[in-house]
Amino acid sequence: MSELPKTRHSAASFHGGIYLPPRKGKVLRHRIMPQPLPPSLTIPLQQGQGTPPTVVVEVGTRVLKYQLLAQATEENSVCAHAPTSGVVAAIGDCPVAEHGHPPRPCIQLRVDHQDEALELTANSDYLNLDDHEMRRLIESAGICGMGGAGFPSAQKLKAGLAQGVSLLIINAAECDPYICADEALLREHAREVVQGAEILRRASRATDCVIAIEKNKSAALQPLCEALSSSDIELALLEPRYPSGGERQLIQALNGRELARGSYPHDQGVLVFNVATAHASYKAVALGIPCVSRVCTLTGAPLITPKNFDVLIGTPVSFLLNLCGLEPLPTQEFIVGGAMMGRLLSDTSVALDKTSNCLIATSDEEFALPDSELPCIRCGRCAEVCPAKLQPQQLYGAVRAERMDLTSEFGLDACIECGACAYVCPSSIPLVQYFRAGKSASRSWQRQRNSAQRWQVRFTSHRRRLQLQRRARAANKAAKQRVDSAPPFSRAQAREEIAAAVARVKARREQLGVSTDDDAEERS
Amino acid sequence: MIAPSDGSWIEAPLVLLMLAAIGLMAWRLWQFLRRQRTAQGALIDRINSLLPQTQCGQCGHAGCRPYARAMAWGEAINKCPPGGATTIMQLAALLNEAPQHLDPAHGQEQEASVARIREADCIGCTKCLPVCPVDAIIGGPKLMHTVIDRECSGCDLCLAACPVDCIDMLPLTAATAAKWQPTAGGRDSEIVVS
Repeated sequence: MSELPKTRHSAASFHGGIYLPPRKGKVLRHRIMPQPLPPSLTIPLQQGQGTPPTVVVEVGTRVLKYQLLAQATEENSVCAHAPTSGVVAAIGDCPVAEHGHPPRPCIQLRVDHQDEALELTANSDYLNLDDHEMRRLIESAGICGMGGAGFPSAQKLKAGLAQGVSLLIINAAECDPYICADEALLREHAREVVQGAEILRRASRATDCVIAIEKNKSAALQPLCEALSSSDIELALLEPRYPSGGERQLIQALNGRELARGSYPHDQGVLVFNVATAHASYKAVALGIPCVSRVCTLTGAPLITPKNFDVLIGTPVSFLLNLCGLEPLPTQEFIVGGAMMGRLLSDTSVALDKTSNCLIATSDEEFALPDSELPCIRCGRCAEVCPAKLQPQQLYGAVRAERMDLTSEFGLDACIECGACAYVCPSSIPLVQYFRAGKSASRSWQRQRNSAQRWQVRFTSHRRRLQLQRRARAANKAAKQRVDSAPPFSRAQAREEIAAAVARVKARREQLGVSTDDDAEERS
Repeated sequence: MIAPSDGSWIEAPLVLLMLAAIGLMAWRLWQFLRRQRTAQGALIDRINSLLPQTQCGQCGHAGCRPYARAMAWGEAINKCPPGGATTIMQLAALLNEAPQHLDPAHGQEQEASVARIREADCIGCTKCLPVCPVDAIIGGPKLMHTVIDRECSGCDLCLAACPVDCIDMLPLTAATAAKWQPTAGGRDSEIVVS
């Protein structure tokens, strides 16, 4: 092993956490495999919480590999590109990997197996590009946070730039016991990841850059150290304690300061990007390749050859499972996104998106059906392991009692859904499920309350307006009545009034000694 | 001789004392009434904050706050169909009363909805504008009207006012699902209502 690069030591550790035995060895026996082309791809347009981009192709258009399919028009949307050549078969809503999500806009591509690609323009001198140009390339390549959040990377860079970034963290912690996509990526493409980190550092104008990795990632450490030897990017070795790869936990471990609840990393001058995002940024800026594939771990006991695949975005889950040789089991489920924080798939026809880093086929040995839920005995173990320093037992009570006012007070929004509390719970309470349900209930409660407040204000002003209108109408009516009750117009009386007025003016002028025009005429 | 001879000078401080006592009592009474009034006002505010603020008037009052005021003076708590069982439970807990079923005389609990004007049928009569308690309808005489669905509380009151029956109540989920759909070529498609 070459000498260790500049190393940054953990300044402080985060609260709680659990030690999980890693189960990555079997997958890491294989290299990252390229994936054969499936008959069709369903490319999801919407990433995470974002809005869908504007589709720029029509049904029936033949598109080439890397061709733009949808252009990001709003701040929180991400461009989509064709992962291979083919014909656009359909544009519409399709079920997505996220369990319980309503169908989301997707583009269905019928693959023609020609794999004909667009001509790409590589930048040989990519490190000397202007940072604005780098961000533009990252944006137009459709890169989003590939660790799971799916937030557009260019927007994150811009947000960081506005505040000024002192520390850029490349997150290679990968604390989930099953996922090893990042480890495999570092093992085989460490140089490119380091170059990607350098690109992100220049694009964000960050002063320091750290690649954070858990100590026990033996496969990735040596190539990473070699790649880092010629660079001034630091290496940070983390204690392999779940969830060390959580954004806030990572920042606390490296920066020594806890991120305040409700504030973002860039408020503290820190930006965190996933290793896969750094790799995609390298490909986008240096080679001009848009984000059309990602490394995804396919694992689980029912798979005969679990592997890491370089998955094309939009590949159906069932196609990938067949590549690994799936042994069908009677009670089998599929988890996308890791054993601790992943979500159950509704069915295997759904497609993987840019954030899907892991697909697990469950078996009864590894993922025993949870025991029936027992009452909470208030042992407090969940509070000991909670990395967000919450009191899960208290939150659980508030969620079950549907006390939405209390859940926000107890900090439900700060829950990162890491699942450490549910893992240690002796009563097998599925706490994370409760918290997820509680979060969405709390959001709709908050929305309802906001609109109620708005309606109240509008109602008050509506009533005041009507009252003023009524008053104005009454005043008008009274004025009209006064006019009506006046005696009828008579010509003689009017003449008398005019004569009286003329006399009045004359008298006044005489009194003041002013000569009238008539007098002047008489004199001449 | 300064003091009067009949000895009434002894009573002068007594009269003063009595006046002071009366003044003090009046002051205390005034304070008590004021406290009562603010306490009642605070109670009305707390009741009002539990009500759904649809301002639909199904309870028989001219809006949510008037009903809240009536409840503070002892009116039944089961007259709010938009709030439904949840609101009744919360009101019962606040007012220390037994929870009751919704009074069917005031309507049934329904899914939240918003009004939508079928714009082709609207004749621009402006009759729905003043009846909307939250001013969520915009339009002018002989011009098409429309509902701002973000502001619509789903109270149904515009339905009765419309002479040509061009207003529909849509369940909130369908109304929010009816959003811009991406189409080929990036053109804006028509709003699709499921």
